[in-house]
Amino acid sequence: MDAMDRKIINALQGGFPVSETPFAEAAARLDMTEDELIDRLRRLCDEGQLSRFGPMYNAERLGGAVTLAAMAVPDERIEAVAAQVNAHPEVAHNYARAHDFNMWFVVAAEQPRRIPTVLAEIAAETGLPVYDMPKLDEYYVGLRFEL
Amino acid sequence: MTEQRDRAPLDGTDRRLIVATQDGLPLCARPYHALAETLGLPPEEVMARLRRMLETGIIRRMGAVPNHYRLGFRANGMSVWDVADDAVTELGPHIGALDFVSHCYRRPRHLPVWPYNLFAMVHGRSRAEVEDKVNAIAQDLGSAARAHDVLYSTRLLKKTGLRLVA
Repeated sequence: MDAMDRKIINALQGGFPVSETPFAEAAARLDMTEDELIDRLRRLCDEGQLSRFGPMYNAERLGGAVTLAAMAVPDERIEAVAAQVNAHPEVAHNYARAHDFNMWFVVAAEQPRRIPTVLAEIAAETGLPVYDMPKLDEYYVGLRFEL
Repeated sequence: MTEQRDRAPLDGTDRRLIVATQDGLPLCARPYHALAETLGLPPEEVMARLRRMLETGIIRRMGAVPNHYRLGFRANGMSVWDVADDAVTELGPHIGALDFVSHCYRRPRHLPVWPYNLFAMVHGRSRAEVEDKVNAIAQDLGSAARAHDVLYSTRLLKKTGLRLVA
């Protein structure tokens, strides 16, 4: 990563044009050539500094539903409970966190009615309460990393 | 309860376009034309549909999606705050606008075990940097925050992302 890579990442976390030659337009604003911008983006994606380059979709606007759920899992059961939770295909992310509530996972389903069903299944399978914490209001989403 | 928002209807062509682009755009001079060719659609239609999804918020934004961990932002703390219900609607957007907060939501309390109703995800290069940022939020909220906590992630147990399947 050099200064030009950082400039690209800082400038292009949004606003990429939808037009016939968008890389040429974006490159002109960054004072580089179209080929150089494409080559650098390819490398940043290949090396993993960028997860991808393109549209960031709003998952719950794709016609489904999403919630965040939390559980307080006894330490000695973390692995087993993680396996039970993760076995559900609707579980998209699952993070262990340092807290009494030590397991936090996102459940996403195209059919909204699947969500309470999945949470109830997990509670039944694990014998542990599952706390549903859907977002009630969204104040901002979209970290723009400044490098 | 689950979240469900009013949504613009997506038709089968939108879904094909989403499936074709959720891993990124083709990195070539005319990416939308390349997509159009793959999908057997006119390029103008591909661009019109993407523009509509940007306008309606189905696409949050178009461009580089950083891998924050690979970029050195290795600490992430989920800061959670107990803010009076009559104050949270005004304060939430203010916290969400802080440049180091990536996600900011109001969520339900589960009393008595979970008193927190405002969640702000904070990323930093180190835990100390996250702590500084959490302190800045605490200052901003002032006495409106009756209690707070920070939950650091210790391990990623699953990450498949939120995906449509073809």
